[in-house]
Amino acid sequence: MRQPVAILLALVVLAVLPTLAAWAGSPATVPLATRILIYGIAAASLNFALGYGGMISFGHAAFFGIGGYVVAILFTHWFNEAPIFGLIPGTNQLLITLPLAIVVSGLFAAAIGALSLRTGGVQFIMITLAFAQMLFFLFVSLKAYGGEDGLSMRRPDAFLGLNLRDRPTMYYLTLVITVLFFAGLRRLVRSSFGTVLDGIRQNERRMEALGIATYRHKLFAFILSGMGVGMAGALMANAMRYVSPDMMHWSRSGELMIMVILGGTGTLLGPLYGAAALLLLETWLAGWTEHWSLGEGLVLLAVVMFSRGGLIALLRRRT
Amino acid sequence: MILIIEQILNGLQYGVMLFLLAAGLTLIFGIMGVINLAHGSLYMVGAYAGTWFAALTGSFWLGLPAALIAAALAGAALELLVIRRLYHRSHLDQVLATFAIILIANESITLLFGRQPVFTLLPEAFSGSVELLPGLFYPAYRLLIIVAGLLVALGLSLLITRTRIGMLVRAGATNREMVRVMGVDIRMLYTAVFGLGALLAGLAGYLTGPISAVQVGMGEHILLPAFVVVVIGGTGSIRGAFVAGITLGVIDTCLRAFLPDLLNLMMPVAQADALGLGISSMGIYLLMAIVLLIRPKGLFPVGAT
Amino acid sequence: MSAVLEVSGLVKRFGGLVATDHVTLDVQAGEIHALIGPNGAGKSTLINQLSGEIAPDAGTIRLLGRDVTHEPAHARVRLGLGRTFQVTSLLDECTVSESVALAVQAHAGGNLKLWDRAANRTPVRTRTEALLAGTALEPRAAMRAADLSHGERKQLELVMALALEPKLMLLDEPMAGLGHVESGEMIEVLRGLRARAGVLLVEHDMDAVFALADRISVLVYGQIVASGSVEEIRENPEVRAAYLGGEDELC
Repeated sequence: MRQPVAILLALVVLAVLPTLAAWAGSPATVPLATRILIYGIAAASLNFALGYGGMISFGHAAFFGIGGYVVAILFTHWFNEAPIFGLIPGTNQLLITLPLAIVVSGLFAAAIGALSLRTGGVQFIMITLAFAQMLFFLFVSLKAYGGEDGLSMRRPDAFLGLNLRDRPTMYYLTLVITVLFFAGLRRLVRSSFGTVLDGIRQNERRMEALGIATYRHKLFAFILSGMGVGMAGALMANAMRYVSPDMMHWSRSGELMIMVILGGTGTLLGPLYGAAALLLLETWLAGWTEHWSLGEGLVLLAVVMFSRGGLIALLRRRT
Repeated sequence: MILIIEQILNGLQYGVMLFLLAAGLTLIFGIMGVINLAHGSLYMVGAYAGTWFAALTGSFWLGLPAALIAAALAGAALELLVIRRLYHRSHLDQVLATFAIILIANESITLLFGRQPVFTLLPEAFSGSVELLPGLFYPAYRLLIIVAGLLVALGLSLLITRTRIGMLVRAGATNREMVRVMGVDIRMLYTAVFGLGALLAGLAGYLTGPISAVQVGMGEHILLPAFVVVVIGGTGSIRGAFVAGITLGVIDTCLRAFLPDLLNLMMPVAQADALGLGISSMGIYLLMAIVLLIRPKGLFPVGAT
Repeated sequence: MSAVLEVSGLVKRFGGLVATDHVTLDVQAGEIHALIGPNGAGKSTLINQLSGEIAPDAGTIRLLGRDVTHEPAHARVRLGLGRTFQVTSLLDECTVSESVALAVQAHAGGNLKLWDRAANRTPVRTRTEALLAGTALEPRAAMRAADLSHGERKQLELVMALALEPKLMLLDEPMAGLGHVESGEMIEVLRGLRARAGVLLVEHDMDAVFALADRISVLVYGQIVASGSVEEIRENPEVRAAYLGGEDELC
């Protein structure tokens, strides 16, 4: 019964964070916390495929970028009052762009997953990477949407009359979505599908012998995972008011994997802790030296080499 | 016509570069089962060490052994300190640990040499051009790279097919247990193979110096194409790495050279350039996806009868 | 009696090697049909073709009268095939009851439900408890599969297969590695199977084969060289020469 208490406590702290930040005179904490929550959603979504489903995808940043670009492209067309292909009007309504970003990411995940899941092992890692690279270069070459320079949004999307440009407001919106997301993910993991997926991760051949069409189930999980990452990308586009092909760069996929490992693969909240740990470490090291990625590399190496099960395992061992 | 031959030669030169990297990667993967993302860092180490020593001594040729030794030492150290602990870990751990090595290597090089690209001096004897065909002048240095790459390929294939080490390497790629049973010190073999792979990467890194700038991040630039070569060629197969390396080198170079002009027939220059570049960058990945879907183990799968 | 499994003219080649050479056999409902043969005779290759993990080069496989030659493994399971593996293949992180529950759930369906609580599916739980009740595994229900003894793992695999209510069971060496007492228990369990399903039993343990089988087929170099009742096979000189060899191997 200790865990619910701890989570409640954490929620209270998160709820008053902007006030605390204002009081402590460090307003930069709020956008940082927003980014942590968004990356937490992305990493936890990746973890659904990677940790729960056993699919080591090295291309999930693609869905992050897709989600972001859906928002930014729709916004640009709305702003310029120029329908896409002269047919589809753009929009700045979050209630439309966010679900659409999720759906489009899901479609991409369906296509990429359907092809990639025909392979396995290293080939799966490499083919997911290949598809992400293709999308990366595709967006680099799309001059109409900024090419390499990316696409800025004059304003964030509109949502129920809230001013999302206001950092605490954006933070609270993200927080609410994060809480709903993790509640949903918890339910998903414990559902009939989640149980089957766990079985597939442990022993695919066994599940096939139980009459489970493993390919179809893995593909379904891959799609759900891509949708989650896409949602995170859409939120990121709103929080940063900027998207670029960089969101799909392969090192971004690597970072998402790092967050998962850092926090603990196959755990519910681990990726969120991992996102927090990585971003805080980056921020802290960056404030200290311009060669911060050296420190990050060393910490990461130490974590992979010497810890099993990530931060979650450390916490559990202590309590 | 001359333009096409020239680009094919350029592709050949890029192809042997890819091969030099992919050869090490594919051996390391085939024999030890390790995905080594840090292979590009060894390429970078070779380039920096060689260039530095060449600048110090004023001789391109003295830089060469320096590059090879530095890369091989860095590779051996990497194997002893890190990779050795990863043999029995999941691919995920391997990917992340070697990803961390990239961060460390890049930042260390930045600390030592700064962020500015450095340039390797061209060996004087090879600074000119050679008239290959009437009207076709081609830089002698690039020809040197092609010849060097082909010689290395020949040497490697002799090493693999004719020597005891090569026999062990082949046996190891097909059946790791078998080598163990034969009572070979597998650790020594692993370190040796890793050192050899590193040496080849260092060679590629140094040779590429006079053509493109030596800079932080150069390793990652060629790492992914090299991985594509490994996967398309079939992991563990030197022959596959050679065939796929040359093919991809030529295809990639020709796409980059000719696609924008082709697209330009259909659309304005600026758009054609961007789109052409984008599609040609996608080309090798598209090819890999297609190959994997048709032949999931690559073109020359190791261990197949 | 009706045939639950009919195999005819099955061929599988690996390069130059013919691993399955025009195999024709059938399994009737309620019978135990044993398949014996020396190591390397192609028994596992045959089992894997029947289960759908390897595609045959020629011939047909009919399950309950339906041609399943080109159906994937999971589809055959859905039609009524259950199997155990030569080397036990379990969900090592799951407990015994979780493993059985998963098998029950897989059979019951609803495996794509995203919003239910798997642990709260009462029919699944009831059936799981019923399957485990009275077996040697019942006291081990909360133990992880990885921590079970070898014999218990074999039993768990069998219970998981039974959860699928199969009409045909493919058992790949269920006695392998079992001690004397465990063997005796396993023979009793298998004898009880006869009432529920047709069984194709691949086994090296001749005591078990002679104790259980209604019919025996002998596979040598991918070919069925003899087929008949226990007595016929015992007395068949060709079988003795080709497979059973010396007297000592007979028991």
